[in-house]
Amino acid sequence: MMRRVVSTLASPQLLALAGVLLINWFLFPPFFRITWQDGRLFGSLIDVLNRGAPVAILAIGMAGVIATKGVDLSVGAIMAVAGAVAATMVVAGYPAPVAVIAALAVGLVCGLWNGFLVAVLDIQPIIATLVLMVAGRGIAQLITEGFIVTFTDPLLIFIGTGSFLGLPMAAVIALVLMIVVTMIIRRTALGLFIEAVGVNRAAASLAGIRSRMLLFLVYGLSGFCAAVAGIIVAGDIRGADANNAGLWLELDAILAVVIGGTSLLGGRFSVPLAVVGAIIIQAMNTGILVSGFPPEFNLIVKAGLIFIVLIIQSPLATRLVPVRLTKAEARK
Amino acid sequence: MGEQSYALEARGIVKVFGNHVALDNVNFGLLPGEVHALLGENGAGKSTLIKILTGAYQPTGGQVLADGVAVTLDNPQHAQKYGIGTVYQEVNLLPNRSVAENLFLGHQPTRFGFVDRRKMERDSREVLRRYGLDLDPASELGAHSVAVQQIVAIARAVELSGKVLILDEPTASLDRNEVERLFEIIRDLKARGLAVVFITHFLDQVFAIADRVTILRNGKLIETRTLDGTTRTDVVRLMLGKDVAFSGATGVEDARPLGEVLLDFKNYGKKRSVHPFNLTIHKGEVVGVAGLLGSGRTEMARIMFGADSADEGTVTVSGKPANISRPTDAIAKGFGFLPEDRKVEGIFGDLSVRENIVIALQGKLGWFSALSRDEQLEIAGRFGESMDIRAASLDMPIKLLSGGNQQRQSCRAGSRPIRHS
Repeated sequence: MMRRVVSTLASPQLLALAGVLLINWFLFPPFFRITWQDGRLFGSLIDVLNRGAPVAILAIGMAGVIATKGVDLSVGAIMAVAGAVAATMVVAGYPAPVAVIAALAVGLVCGLWNGFLVAVLDIQPIIATLVLMVAGRGIAQLITEGFIVTFTDPLLIFIGTGSFLGLPMAAVIALVLMIVVTMIIRRTALGLFIEAVGVNRAAASLAGIRSRMLLFLVYGLSGFCAAVAGIIVAGDIRGADANNAGLWLELDAILAVVIGGTSLLGGRFSVPLAVVGAIIIQAMNTGILVSGFPPEFNLIVKAGLIFIVLIIQSPLATRLVPVRLTKAEARK
Repeated sequence: MGEQSYALEARGIVKVFGNHVALDNVNFGLLPGEVHALLGENGAGKSTLIKILTGAYQPTGGQVLADGVAVTLDNPQHAQKYGIGTVYQEVNLLPNRSVAENLFLGHQPTRFGFVDRRKMERDSREVLRRYGLDLDPASELGAHSVAVQQIVAIARAVELSGKVLILDEPTASLDRNEVERLFEIIRDLKARGLAVVFITHFLDQVFAIADRVTILRNGKLIETRTLDGTTRTDVVRLMLGKDVAFSGATGVEDARPLGEVLLDFKNYGKKRSVHPFNLTIHKGEVVGVAGLLGSGRTEMARIMFGADSADEGTVTVSGKPANISRPTDAIAKGFGFLPEDRKVEGIFGDLSVRENIVIALQGKLGWFSALSRDEQLEIAGRFGESMDIRAASLDMPIKLLSGGNQQRQSCRAGSRPIRHS
């Protein structure tokens, strides 16, 4: 166990994060300064955690989906739907906990719908989830009747902007979700089964793994995570914006998972490293903002990062790197 | 039959892979207007020889001659220029394009630089008629049966090449009528003076269509002879290198009494897949299922394991009626399954050796009683030893192991009822 923790610490993802943070520090010396004010921590680093939380939460769900060789394009739209449900319900007078539970349930149902399309109807995940990616925003607009629904409910606002033990609530939620999901996946055999389905679905079912149920589960989890992120984003702006909430965040989530070392061809995945991927993305965003570069650079830098990750994961690079391992086998 | 008259000839071909000699000084001559069967057990070197004749491999030594002239075949496209066309066991065409496009892919007739679709379809209709096919050239290839696709593949190979046609197990996935139809076409091509190489595992087909036969064994040429005056027993003896008794009596004696009945399938079957069968398996018994390719061996094994679910009949396990409609059901009853194609259905390439070994057992235990890493290592180590799996580390991805080691791996833990407590 200890050894695995150590090897995670030495992973390229954490080294990359350290690199990005160092560059930020170089460009903006007060980057690491953290102050205590009004019972909570402030600073660029805290900002990274706070702003990165929604994508990190999406990445938690997305990691499982991608490990099964799938992809979930609908998470951004599900965020909008969940935000719309929570906002309209509190505005209509329902108690906030009920609204939150309803929004989470809606997210879960959206995810299970994706799971149904992929597991039962055997539709390719990219197309299956595209349905909800498009329809989801429409549904959110129907719920909000085309308006940006603003609210003043203290619980929802607390979820989006509050703090716990000095840390931003969004970051705390992301952390708890990450730990809970990782525990469930790694303390049970779920993780192994998910990877097995992603690597070889036919073999998995012959090995007695119920791949359908697993697919329902990972897409359901992804929808649930998207709803959590949607509620946070709505709480943050104190309103539900059906058009813009979570817009394009599915792509950031996919990028985070890929940075976290999961191949889009399925197989090996790590929820914590996907979260680290999300933090890397946000650290770059924040770094560019605080260092005074025009935000347009953001997109270029992000594209550059994608390019580097793709090269590292390319067949050429993998052929060059694990030479030692194959040689050891060849000697046998 | 002078030597010059060979349409295609291989002289003293040697092919070495690493330190394995796949072909050792093999001579092979193909006459125009003959059907020449190439026979040998798996690994005898048939496909290596074919790949050299089609330019897919370069020989380590020896020469390939087309019409008596030594040639170097760089690749299969190059071989086409010398009139050599090949049709493989699995149809290598594009099922989602039209029949006409498949026939003319890469050689489309053009008009002002654009594909002349009308001419292409007109020509296709003409070509197809010659092969006894009356179908719409604009229809999707994949919509037709494998037999029709196979004929389209032959038509394409002959139209593009026109001298030598190499058929690599073309009948493996065809039924009897379709095979007969294919043979008519081959006889027709033969009458047109084409030289045909025919590779198959079905001896009766060899005797039905071939004129001469060349037999390989362990990479060596054993003999080339005409089929007139040759018996099946001769051919098998040459292929195996030893005498084989072919008689009605099995020669097998019931060496020991059978144990109690473990499995009993009654009228077990699946529509459009396997006719109902009865099979009783006793304790300590090994039952072999024999049959030609396509006869339903695989399908039978799959419904016995629940990989496909049976739609008629009953099964009892140790005397108790059972329902095996999913692999999970079979595994719960202590069944194991070693699939036909390891890469496609057997292993998880990116997962570790350890995980591959324990996965079926874990599948049986379910999600919640996860085996700890130590337990996994213990089980994997024990199996690795008893199966003689040689891996540098149990944590390396299984795809880095050799084929034989992967195969042993597929007999993983779940395949015997391990009690885990």
